[in-house]
Amino acid sequence: MELNQLTIHELQEKIKNGQTSATQVIESVFNRIDVVEERVHSYIRLMKDEALAAAKKADEDIKKGDIKPLTGIPVALKDIVCTKSITTTCGSHILHNFVPPYDATVVEKLRDAGAVFVGKANMDEFAMGSSTETSCFGVTRNPWDLTRIPGGSSGGSATAVAADECIASIGSDTGGSIRQPAALCGVVGLKPTYGRVSRFGLIAFASSLDQIGPFTKDVEDCAIMMNVLAGYDPRESTSVQTEVPDYRQFVGKGIAGWKIGIPKEYFIEGIDPEVAAAIKKAIAVIEKCGGQCVDISLPHTEYCLAVYYIIAPAEASSNLARYDGVKYGYRTSEARDLLDMYKKTRTQGFGTEVKRRIMIGTYALSSGYYDAYYKKASQVRALIKHDFAEALKKCDVILTPTTPTPAFKIGEKTDNPLQMYLSDLFTISSNLAGIPGISVPCGFTAAGLPVGMQFLAGHFEEGKLIQIASAYEKNANIEKRRPQL
Amino acid sequence: MEFETVIGLEVHAQLLTNTKIFCNCSTKFGGAPNSHACPVCLGMPGVLPVLNKKVVEFAMKMSLATNCIINKSCSFARKNYFYPDLPKGYQISQYAYPLSEHGYVFLEVDGAQKKIGITRIHMEEDAGKLMHDEHNPVSYVDLNRAGVPLIEIVSEPDMRSPEEAADYLKRLHEILVYLEICDGNMEEGSFRCDANVSIRPVGQKEFGTRSELKNMNSFRNVQRALEYEVKRQQYIVENGGNIVQETRLWDDAQGVTNSMRSKEEAHDYRYFPDPDLVPIIVDDAWIEAIRKELPELPLAKRERFVKDYQIPAYDAGVLTADKALSNYYEEVVRLCRSPKAASNWVMGDVLRFLNEEKRDIRNCPITAASLAEMISLIEDGTISGKMAKDIVEKMYKTGSAPKAIIAEKGMVQITDEGELLKTISAIMAANPNQLGDYRGGKDKLFGFFVGQVMKATQGKANPQIVNELLKKMLAG
Repeated sequence: MELNQLTIHELQEKIKNGQTSATQVIESVFNRIDVVEERVHSYIRLMKDEALAAAKKADEDIKKGDIKPLTGIPVALKDIVCTKSITTTCGSHILHNFVPPYDATVVEKLRDAGAVFVGKANMDEFAMGSSTETSCFGVTRNPWDLTRIPGGSSGGSATAVAADECIASIGSDTGGSIRQPAALCGVVGLKPTYGRVSRFGLIAFASSLDQIGPFTKDVEDCAIMMNVLAGYDPRESTSVQTEVPDYRQFVGKGIAGWKIGIPKEYFIEGIDPEVAAAIKKAIAVIEKCGGQCVDISLPHTEYCLAVYYIIAPAEASSNLARYDGVKYGYRTSEARDLLDMYKKTRTQGFGTEVKRRIMIGTYALSSGYYDAYYKKASQVRALIKHDFAEALKKCDVILTPTTPTPAFKIGEKTDNPLQMYLSDLFTISSNLAGIPGISVPCGFTAAGLPVGMQFLAGHFEEGKLIQIASAYEKNANIEKRRPQL
Repeated sequence: MEFETVIGLEVHAQLLTNTKIFCNCSTKFGGAPNSHACPVCLGMPGVLPVLNKKVVEFAMKMSLATNCIINKSCSFARKNYFYPDLPKGYQISQYAYPLSEHGYVFLEVDGAQKKIGITRIHMEEDAGKLMHDEHNPVSYVDLNRAGVPLIEIVSEPDMRSPEEAADYLKRLHEILVYLEICDGNMEEGSFRCDANVSIRPVGQKEFGTRSELKNMNSFRNVQRALEYEVKRQQYIVENGGNIVQETRLWDDAQGVTNSMRSKEEAHDYRYFPDPDLVPIIVDDAWIEAIRKELPELPLAKRERFVKDYQIPAYDAGVLTADKALSNYYEEVVRLCRSPKAASNWVMGDVLRFLNEEKRDIRNCPITAASLAEMISLIEDGTISGKMAKDIVEKMYKTGSAPKAIIAEKGMVQITDEGELLKTISAIMAANPNQLGDYRGGKDKLFGFFVGQVMKATQGKANPQIVNELLKKMLAG
């Protein structure tokens, strides 16, 4: 196996034993990038010089015996997290030249933990999309089938891990943007509890839903990444001050006696039969591990999509108002006056999907419509949250498919936003409720496309997610495949 | 037709916290453009606001000082609109859930106390400033002020004249400055006021259509603008027209208000709860801790001055209008123990000197100790009141203590009867005609002789002794 194909914990072992160096690891990653990146297009920007320098520094640290949790581990960053002195675009022309003078808190934490940054990963513009097709820097392709989308919005972060163009990566999840691409690319993706990982330096899409999380090659790596990412941040008011456990302790613990909630509203017609079959098989594995399935109900499920597509665009319409051409980023060169500058800058700077959501959100907040849309949606959101609170009294975790279908074809849904929105059907509810969710690979379709299974748990119960995902991973005996590129 | 005026005011006060409301930048006025502006002030992508607790505490002080009820929970909302001085494209303010509500202050109207209701007090961030190039079609943005904390104090439509409005404004100003939470500088914009004004026929219950006035940067301008606007509205109604709801700008130079935008053109601010901030929970313990920090407020101080110092309500009003002035006065009284004399000197000469030079009492060259010493010198007869007038002026000019000036100028009062008798005898001898007339019944000439004595002694003679001696001597 090549170094770039290994997991964090495998590399750590090798690094510790002196079998390899950080420089060798990063070189192997860039060799892989040289071969596959042109076809996959995981990255908006590669940081090769910085990465090689960081690896060199890591090797010096290793020599001194100073080995931190991610020393020498190549990590890709979704281009939505701000990196000091490194252009951060959010996949948008309007930020094509934006160089932040600060690091996101997660970037600081990863760097402090010894991570080596490979580059900035491609994404749907402002994280608005489920296919990474709305990026102004071109589409990212699914490594398992280059004619298909990788999911989104964190598509580049998912493919970088799946195609071994990094060891782990960072994504953000507002309605499924980590879990859905993780499922479609066959990797592990975790969306933590709202407030668990700092949003400082994460370019906001919908502030009450956004959360940063990791993509990894296995569940143990997910735990390692969470150990670095989680924790209170005084720079974020919605950050929560609760104890952060050592997530690695949940790996390999087993789930004997656990109750697994199966929400009837999530096993509906319209789910791809191969996805349904994979999940059915996965449930059998969970039961074999000692999990006991119980039927639960999340009665307001049918409203999740509607609520999400009011609240998220409403917040986005306000969050994206700052891109006005005045202070940074793109500014039109042909403005007659102030209003004209605003209009042209934003018309030319934003893509279609972003403009669509700004308009939906602006409408939902407008005087005369606020009560019917935003306010009503907020009330229903409270009911959705309550659904989960009730359901989680009856079970330890909830099990669902991550997505209704495997990866679809590039261009298949771009003209039909509603069809596109449906691919987040199973992931959106946990963002609305603020609870954590993980997607783990649970097999392949006949055509060789990955299928993902999702577990959801109560607030700050990421440990449980890691525990069950790890139990499943260990017992499922899923065939080890790598995408053929 | 007789009209009644209805006025409500919205006051914005900048709070004197060291740092801004949502970041650690300095709130200092002035400074090179954008020198007090961090990524949070600039509305850069991904940065987040963190509330400055001091802002809440300052706002709580004003709430308690104006008898508002502080809500147990309040929250921030976003007010969305585009303007280059608003870097995020929204202002973080409070909307549905303000910090406090249902307060009031008292005004003295026609000798009686009138209660003016305060609808609410809420916290928000200030915007930056635009500077327009006079020669080129470009504008510059300075975000030093962006994020400076403000409270907005919204009154009920309880005022019935421009004068009442100006009075109310002065009350709020006085309280804010007393609390040391706002410097009250209207010219620099740290205390700003918008006014809603309408008229209605006397006896009518419903309010008339209102206009909102902006751009008045002094107490006087608020009153002038309101007076103009009331007349303008009356003229329209009396001539059969209708008032349109609109925002109007006061033009100080022309002394008129001009339409800025109509109701139809008004912004839809699309307020919604700010998801980046959490609700502020205020418990009773916090409220009580803040209440303990409140200083004596102007109204209470005024009442205490009248009661303890036995000075007229008018004097107490003048002396307490400025906290530093009231402290100065109290220090003078403490040292000389003559409240009425102290009040006369402070309100008379001291304030006159200061006003002439537009100087603040904090920079008064006459220290409270010097003024008290001078008052004591009058009372123990060392100097006369008339001499004191000259001395106090010299004290103001030189900053010297009264005793030093007296010694230097030889200004000690003559109280020696022997010396005065000699002077009086000489004057009587030099003015035989007047003496004869006086003794013949022209009592008025007594003043003539007093004047002569004062002239001869260069005003240093003790007037009481002179009176007594003259009476005896002139009687013969």
